Amino acid sequence: MATSRRAGRLSLLSSALGYLALVPPGLVLFVLVAGATVLIPAWVGLPLVLAVLALLRSYTGLYRTRAARILGTPVERPYRPVDGRGWFGRLRRVAGDPATWRDIAWLPLNATVGLALRVFPVALLLGGVGALAFPLYWPALPPTGEPNWIGVVPVTDQAGANLVPLQGVVLLLLWWALSPWLARADALLARWLLAPTERSRLTSRVRELAQTRAETIDTQAAELRRIERDLHDGVQARLVALGMNLGMAEEVLASDPAAAKDLLAEAQRATSSALSELREVVRGIHPPVLADRGVDGAVRALALRSPLPTQVEMDIGGGRLPPPVESAAYFAVAEALTNVIKHSDASRAWVRLRKAGGRLTIVVGDDGKGGADPEGGTGLRGIQRRLASFDGTFEIASPVGGPTIVTMELPCESSSPRTSPSSGTA
Amino acid sequence: MRIVIAEDLALLRDGLIRLLQAHDFEVVAAVDNGPSLLRALTVHRPDVAVVDVRLPPSFTDEGLRAAIEARERVPGLPVLVLSQYVEPLYARELLSDRGGGVGYLLKDRVSNVGQFVDAVHRVAAGGTAMDPEVISQLLARHTRNEPLRQLTPREREVLGLMAEGRSNAAIAGRLFITEKAVSKHTNNIFSKLALPPSEDDNRRVLAVLAYLEA
Repeated sequence: MATSRRAGRLSLLSSALGYLALVPPGLVLFVLVAGATVLIPAWVGLPLVLAVLALLRSYTGLYRTRAARILGTPVERPYRPVDGRGWFGRLRRVAGDPATWRDIAWLPLNATVGLALRVFPVALLLGGVGALAFPLYWPALPPTGEPNWIGVVPVTDQAGANLVPLQGVVLLLLWWALSPWLARADALLARWLLAPTERSRLTSRVRELAQTRAETIDTQAAELRRIERDLHDGVQARLVALGMNLGMAEEVLASDPAAAKDLLAEAQRATSSALSELREVVRGIHPPVLADRGVDGAVRALALRSPLPTQVEMDIGGGRLPPPVESAAYFAVAEALTNVIKHSDASRAWVRLRKAGGRLTIVVGDDGKGGADPEGGTGLRGIQRRLASFDGTFEIASPVGGPTIVTMELPCESSSPRTSPSSGTA
Repeated sequence: MRIVIAEDLALLRDGLIRLLQAHDFEVVAAVDNGPSLLRALTVHRPDVAVVDVRLPPSFTDEGLRAAIEARERVPGLPVLVLSQYVEPLYARELLSDRGGGVGYLLKDRVSNVGQFVDAVHRVAAGGTAMDPEVISQLLARHTRNEPLRQLTPREREVLGLMAEGRSNAAIAGRLFITEKAVSKHTNNIFSKLALPPSEDDNRRVLAVLAYLEA
């Protein structure tokens, strides 16, 4: 898909030169890993190994970036989270991660095969240019009496030297034809060892799913408890009171019609309150306007209720999204707008929904004071959890001074069989 | 007065029929789904219709859509829409043809029979009956609106009742003040909100609602 963004030959050349220069530091890292490992019994080895390995991960990260650029597809980081306790625990996590060993194994490979793959095109180009210019500098060469072998041609006089550029042309053509393939081979080599293996991809996917599933279950249980409490304290209590009022009215109906009338009026008010509380509960579960109009109408209705002028832009096609996606998208927008209203001091807000490539992108922005902290509010964390159970993503950009822009993305297929944890499958 | 009723729950439909017949309405049709409602409205052309928002077959806002479509075919056809919840978005859609003869009330309002029948009559006469809940939601949007903040509490009260579609006489009755006092308040409101003054009740409501929805 990103073919157009693949690097051209000249940028491949400069990249090859740059990454050639990076080979020696890689060898130093290799030595350091070995050295630090030897030092582990001497205690200082522990933090040293961890530091060197962290450095190694950034170092291989550079090559992942390069491989991704050459191949036109992302090359993900394969590492498991380092969540061990203490230095020893962390070392065990890192050492137990096959990605660490693949990194280390890649270092010598990079210094040999990788190096060759990068030197070769540079040599072809330099040789070609040198051969083209040969007739110009041949006279300046010190005469040795021996024929001057340039490639396959022995040069003894200016006429012979004038033939050398032909060779240069051949070399340059070779460079032109081969350099993309060499770079590709180089990148494939890097991806082979530095990208997650299918196994590690699945392992991390399973871990992620287990975590989001647990969170989803917790959230659902909490939701149900909240609904139960709302019904119990609100509607049920009101209906009990209503029944009592009606009973009392019945008792006094004959003896004191005026009192009965008051009780009936009160009963009527109780039904109104019960209904209004019930409406709030329903709105929290599944807003009727969402059921009626889908996410398009529901978000517009939200904007219409918002005390801030809120501009809505909708580009999600005509049809309805799958109901779980609609619901998640609606509550995400609602929560984000609530945050804008409560915390941002903004004078206006905007909501943009876009469906493209099977993914729904939701952007909520304001012109407020910024500084929103996704860890700070339960609301934002709630959105994050809700979206995570859909393989959705949540990003917030909120520099102090504003503006705040919340970007959320979720797949439109509610139960997609994807196995890659992030966007852009190859 | 000839009336069409659309409500899919038999219990409520029978209740509405009974209630309205007791108040001298002639129920020419009582239907329970969107397509029959549209047919009933265009065929019978009643003086007024009472319509539940959510109707089969889709169980979404079918009733509202049928009402709006019927008003496109029969301009000014008076329709009172009932719903378990109110949504300012739907109020806006109902009002958008600016023809008057529109009502949008919570279903619970039916339990106050006198006021409900009054609202049906008002809509039938080409007036407006907006639920107080719609108005308070619209007002809540304008907490930072400068002109609205300049209104006195009494003027805000009058504004709310006016937006519901009540006449000066009705507002005076509700607030226990004279009609003259009400018209003084309304004049103040219109000048503070910079709205063109209007003696016509209906145009007045539409202007206020348009202001609140802006």
